[in-house]
Amino acid sequence: MNKVLMSGNNIIGEAAIRAGCRFYAGYPITPQNELTEYMAEHIRKAEGGVFIQSESEIAAINMIAGASATGTRVMTSSSSPGIDLKQEGISSMAACELPGVIVNIMRGGPGLGNIRPSQGDYFQATRGGGHGDYRTIVMAPATGQELADLTMDAFDLADKYRTPVMILADGMMGQMMEPVIFKKPPPRNYPEKFMLRGAGDGRSKFIRGLLLDPIDSEEHNWKLYRKYEAVKKSEVHCDEYLTQDADMVVVAYGTAARIAKGAIKRLREKGTKIGLFRPITLWPFPERELRTLALKIKNYLVFEMSTGQMLDDVRLALQGYADIEFHGRPGGAVPTPSQLANVIAKIYDKID
Amino acid sequence: MSKVIFQHPQSLKHNTYHYCPGCGHSIAHRVICEVIDELGIRGVTIGVPPAGCAVLAYNYFDVDMIEAPHGRGPAMASGIKRALPDSIVFSYQGDGDLAAIGMAESFHAANRGENITVIFINNAVYGMTGGQMAPTTMLQQRTTTSPAGRKQALDGYPVKVCEIFSQIGGVTYLERCSVSSPAGVNKTKRAVRKAFQCQMDGLGFSMIEILSMCPTNWKMSSVDSCKWIDEVMSKEFPTGVYKDNIPDLKKNAEKIS
Ligand SMILES: Cc1ncc(C[n+]2csc(CCOP(=O)(O)OP(=O)(O)O)c2C)c(N)n1
Ligand code: SF4
Ligand SMILES: [Mg+2]
Repeated sequence: MNKVLMSGNNIIGEAAIRAGCRFYAGYPITPQNELTEYMAEHIRKAEGGVFIQSESEIAAINMIAGASATGTRVMTSSSSPGIDLKQEGISSMAACELPGVIVNIMRGGPGLGNIRPSQGDYFQATRGGGHGDYRTIVMAPATGQELADLTMDAFDLADKYRTPVMILADGMMGQMMEPVIFKKPPPRNYPEKFMLRGAGDGRSKFIRGLLLDPIDSEEHNWKLYRKYEAVKKSEVHCDEYLTQDADMVVVAYGTAARIAKGAIKRLREKGTKIGLFRPITLWPFPERELRTLALKIKNYLVFEMSTGQMLDDVRLALQGYADIEFHGRPGGAVPTPSQLANVIAKIYDKID
Repeated sequence: MSKVIFQHPQSLKHNTYHYCPGCGHSIAHRVICEVIDELGIRGVTIGVPPAGCAVLAYNYFDVDMIEAPHGRGPAMASGIKRALPDSIVFSYQGDGDLAAIGMAESFHAANRGENITVIFINNAVYGMTGGQMAPTTMLQQRTTTSPAGRKQALDGYPVKVCEIFSQIGGVTYLERCSVSSPAGVNKTKRAVRKAFQCQMDGLGFSMIEILSMCPTNWKMSSVDSCKWIDEVMSKEFPTGVYKDNIPDLKKNAEKIS
């Protein structure tokens, strides 16, 4: 397969179509419009491909829920304020066990905020976002190549666990041009028994989220819980960079991790021993992996383009086993690697 | 030779309705099931029940069903139909569901001319949540959230869905009926049949509004509820065909072929 140069938003679209996504609904919002536009142009060229520009993000998520129920691979995308509106549908898809991929190209918030890259939606993404006792699998790509690979993986995970999966990136990732090679996706494996395609001559089926009997509802919640436990066991991904000999490790994901990597490269040239721990799945969070690292490294700096959200997960993982510092740039501000290097150097100098 | 003139519809499950005595939902369900049987579409039909008193409709309809979040039925139905164009898809919605929280989804599914059928149960209240004011509640009508009666200055006017939707380009067939009398039930059945046939012929969006009794929240007997529809409600919401593009669309199709 050839290497091609594409923007992040287009990479997601192309990877989705190659992974067999045949239904996309979305509503325009910056900085993810190129993805909606890519789907408008390309998904209809695939056999059975459907594109709908919906009247709202609420409608979009419910359209993909309906199409998902028929057994079609589905995706919707938006940016922060639009993801708020999708939460009702995401909760509903989790309850009804409908697979689907939701892309959030995050921008500055709260409120309308701005259209600059940001990471303020970590809590919303990893804590459920919508109401009720559910989780969303959340992937945090950091390169164009990962956008392609993780988008494809997201469809398989959504099928495997019959649950919505979120790709959490930001405006920087969405708009940056990068070289990418699209891998060949594995054949789809999704049993017919979960699809609504008309009863034919057989028994009719139904899919529902409302369980009026609290005992039924409790059992359903425990069933979902067991599924999430299985996800936690098997689907954690993370990446380490120069942690072998490090005295201090920066913990960052997505764009923040790339900036951190740039900063670390600069600092390493000066002989400063700093490494990077990069969660690739944000839920499930690579708790065990981080704790293992803390057996030998005792100093951590969490860097996020927010006031500190993943920070909570790092604290939970390390539970007092290590010292944790934080640096954040919320609201759409993005530091350069050299600016961040200065911050890291100051904190590094304080450790003993 | 004996001829069957009345039987339990095949696509209606043998479950006891949870609806209150005199409720219009059960009549509407039966009418739809009879039509599904007559058109022979049970095996290809997918229904979308709402949040509302009909949330458990899958206990009665023996067709594939998926429950939509409150008001989102037409979006979900659009997704199903586009993904599975050979299926027959209907969403079943109350007045709060369709004309309040789900107005945007209903309006735009209609405007896109989605080839689906919407069954719209107008009972002038929020039945499921205990009789609050609905967008279709009549002026002066008392509900738990309009205890002194609906006041136009505070609460606005009853929303006339058929009148509004008749202006939408994507709508093919639109009729308002009532299930408050045997004649009304027969007319409703003909309308529902026409709407499903419209979809089967690929002619686009159809909606049947059904004026429907809610004796419980109207605090009336079943008989008085029927009377109230005939004498009061249908004056605000006149029954009849509001839009019928079927003949034109058929003519055009013939010309092309
Ligand atoms: C987002 C959301 N808001 C509110 C509700 C609560 N709720 C359930 S049904 C309903 C109204 C039902 O009224 P209508 O649509 O007229 O149906 P009916 O019960 O009268 O048939 C409401 C407000 C809900 N389920 N979801
Ligand atoms: S509350 Fe009204 S609409 Fe609901 S079941 Fe009872 S009579 Fe029917
Ligand atoms: Mg109602």
